[in-house]
Amino acid sequence: MDLPTVWFLLIAAFWAGYLVLEGFDFGVGMLLFVLAKGPGERDQMIRTFGPVWDGNEVWLIVAGASMFAAFPNWYASMFSALYLPLLILLVALILRVLAIEYRRKHEDDPVWTTRWDRVLVVCSVLAPAMVAAALADVVRGIPLDANSDFTGNLLDLLSPYALLGVVAVLALFVLHGATFLGLRTEGPLRERSRSLAVRVWPVATTLVAAFGLWSLFGRGGGASVVGAVGVVLAVAGLVAGGAALLRGHESAAFAGTVVTILGAAVLLFAQLWPNVLPSTDDPAGTLSVASAASSPYTLKVMTWVAVVMAPVVFLYQGWSYWVFRHRVSAEDFSTATSPLDALKQRRAAEDA
Amino acid sequence: MLLEFARWQFAFTTVFHFIFVPLTIGLSGLVALMQTRWVRTGDDQYRRMTRFWGKLLLVNFAIGIATGLVQEFQFGMAWSAYSRYVGDVFGAPLAMEGLAAFFLESTFLGIWIFGWDHLPKRIHLASIWLVFVGTNLSAYFILAANAWMQHPVGYRIDPDTGNAALTSIWAVLSSGNAVFAYLHTIPAAVLTAAGLLVGISVWHLGRRPGHETAFFRRSLSWGLKGMLVASLLTIVVGHVFGQYMTEKQPMKMAAAEALYTTERSAPLSLMTIAPLEKKPARPSFELKIPGLTSFLATNSFTGTVRGIDDLQAQYEREFAPYERAHGRDPAKAEYYPIVGVTYWTFRLMMGLGFWMLGVAVVGLLLMRRAPGRIERLATRAWFRRLALGTLVAGFVGHAAGWMFTEVGRQPWVVTGLLKTQDAVSKIGVSTIAISLGVFIVLYVAIGTIEFRLFAQLARKGPDGGARPPAAPGDGDLPSPEHDDHDEDHEHPRVPSLAY
Repeated sequence: MDLPTVWFLLIAAFWAGYLVLEGFDFGVGMLLFVLAKGPGERDQMIRTFGPVWDGNEVWLIVAGASMFAAFPNWYASMFSALYLPLLILLVALILRVLAIEYRRKHEDDPVWTTRWDRVLVVCSVLAPAMVAAALADVVRGIPLDANSDFTGNLLDLLSPYALLGVVAVLALFVLHGATFLGLRTEGPLRERSRSLAVRVWPVATTLVAAFGLWSLFGRGGGASVVGAVGVVLAVAGLVAGGAALLRGHESAAFAGTVVTILGAAVLLFAQLWPNVLPSTDDPAGTLSVASAASSPYTLKVMTWVAVVMAPVVFLYQGWSYWVFRHRVSAEDFSTATSPLDALKQRRAAEDA
Repeated sequence: MLLEFARWQFAFTTVFHFIFVPLTIGLSGLVALMQTRWVRTGDDQYRRMTRFWGKLLLVNFAIGIATGLVQEFQFGMAWSAYSRYVGDVFGAPLAMEGLAAFFLESTFLGIWIFGWDHLPKRIHLASIWLVFVGTNLSAYFILAANAWMQHPVGYRIDPDTGNAALTSIWAVLSSGNAVFAYLHTIPAAVLTAAGLLVGISVWHLGRRPGHETAFFRRSLSWGLKGMLVASLLTIVVGHVFGQYMTEKQPMKMAAAEALYTTERSAPLSLMTIAPLEKKPARPSFELKIPGLTSFLATNSFTGTVRGIDDLQAQYEREFAPYERAHGRDPAKAEYYPIVGVTYWTFRLMMGLGFWMLGVAVVGLLLMRRAPGRIERLATRAWFRRLALGTLVAGFVGHAAGWMFTEVGRQPWVVTGLLKTQDAVSKIGVSTIAISLGVFIVLYVAIGTIEFRLFAQLARKGPDGGARPPAAPGDGDLPSPEHDDHDEDHEHPRVPSLAY
């Protein structure tokens, strides 16, 4: 396998990792006011990804930086063409970071917390929507001139295909977030997450299947074998996950949505191959894995760095998940407003 | 307009981001040291210091992470011609930064925040040190990338594409510019964080005398010592860095000194009043120290320093092919930056550095000769203002240094290879006008929120201002009043720092 191919696969893997990991952060964010009854449960929900969200977001940074290093032309054309969607993505991610980090900085001010929580919900919808639109646009192709500079406008980016991608990804992330909460929480929230997941399942499955088939057959080059494998993986993950949900197997249900997202990533990047950015205008502008790649020396250096660093990163990031593996229980987040109040609540609970 | 908007956007977002970065780097190191002292000695005062200054670190960390995303995206979004040209070289350190540094700092930051009661003490301590290592690696890679823009090495121009291609990653990572920039910036980051300790500690010592005296006296002592060491390192490395820069980027040094003609024993100009022009013809007032610029640049009072006009003439010949290739008249090309900006940012950076050194020396002498003197002085408003001014000085000095180094590189984005005007994306003016507007509104809003939150937490003090005042002047003894239930009191809901 030549190095540009290796880096195409690595970048696909970074994107897949990002979608799986931050997918449930986004899903939990979207469900914040849907599932939580009261501020205590909102704290409980956010605590499920509290220690790990920042590390999850780095997958996006690494995916972007790897595109810059390994395929500078892909990075340059894609990021300048998708300027406005990426601007919205950035604003959403910035405000989301602050919402997560600042929401509880005024311990005694519930209004402050609720405001940031609303910001968190809006950003948790906007950010994955923009990511989905961007990826769908890349797979479908965008109008480029012979120098691979964007010649279209915002409407070219809002194709029906991209819009279906957005809706499918949002539904899938809601499901993913719900299965994650079922796995990571204790108490009433756990039960509510499961029943919500059961209700969302048919919607997500329909949308993901539709988007998958359109990606597979709607493209000029036709369906690829690997792409078909991706669709099968995605659907199999949903079916197995759905069955696990009904039987109350929470870890299997979460594994199901993980497999679905991985399958979707396989599908998208398989359909993109051997291009990295197809042009729908001047065919000379189409960027391929071969034509957009960096020099062999740069790719060799980067491969060494990835081979050495990536396993280390997997190890310590995995360890951080293991450290915080315990279910987050409602008791950790009593709605007490003062120590005295907490004492009262504890007595009431003991009496009951 | 496209170019101007893109430049303002990059300048604005970078300087804003860089307000928070130095404090993150410096303060994570100081907090790691405080926690180390706590683990080693068991002295509870150190635990409280770790938690108080750690809280401020986290508020600051969050906005640094948030605004850092913009930096990576912006190269592709607004500077796609640049990205195509340099990606083969410049992308590598950026990707390494992600893989080696960002994962490290964000994963272990999460572990540190939430690990207080989950992890063994030493492993928890290791996590904050790993955060500090992560911030340092990150700083090194990004400074190496920037160093390549200042003084490109380890590359060739690909004859097929006309773009730069990497030939030696080692040359890029070990270039003098990268090493000096790192060794200059990291102590300066510690200096900024130490200045913060000094400013906030003095403010507390004076505002409610007798309240948390031991806590803030020790913090003040840490701050002053940190400032002394860090400012000395920053100044010494800065001096060597300046000489290196004079050799590799003579135009930057000439512009920093507003030195027009090549001179032996060039004087250091202390201040200049001149017309508001890009390159003012002749200053109307100047104050100079003979020979000092020559000494700074060459270590000899009689050394030769090249001037702007001579360098301009040389570059006009040298880069005529570049101008012609981009369809411009070589005779009209300017190769110097806005002289007033480089001149004043250079002075501001150095002046504030020396100011902080002075404060550290005087403060430490006061503390040693007459303990309690600083507390008495701190009750005066002017002294507290002075201390807060020192706090601000670190941030302003950092921003000035960054502006100097980036403006001083102009008109090049990559010195000698690519001009800034040829680096911008082919996008609509309205697009970039919208995004510039969005960033200004967003950053002003979140900057205000951050500042108020930071100030509120700083004002509350180590125990949220709810603790009874400690006995005045209780020296360095650990306060007996803080036992284990203090932990619960501080965080009634979640046993962690952040939520």
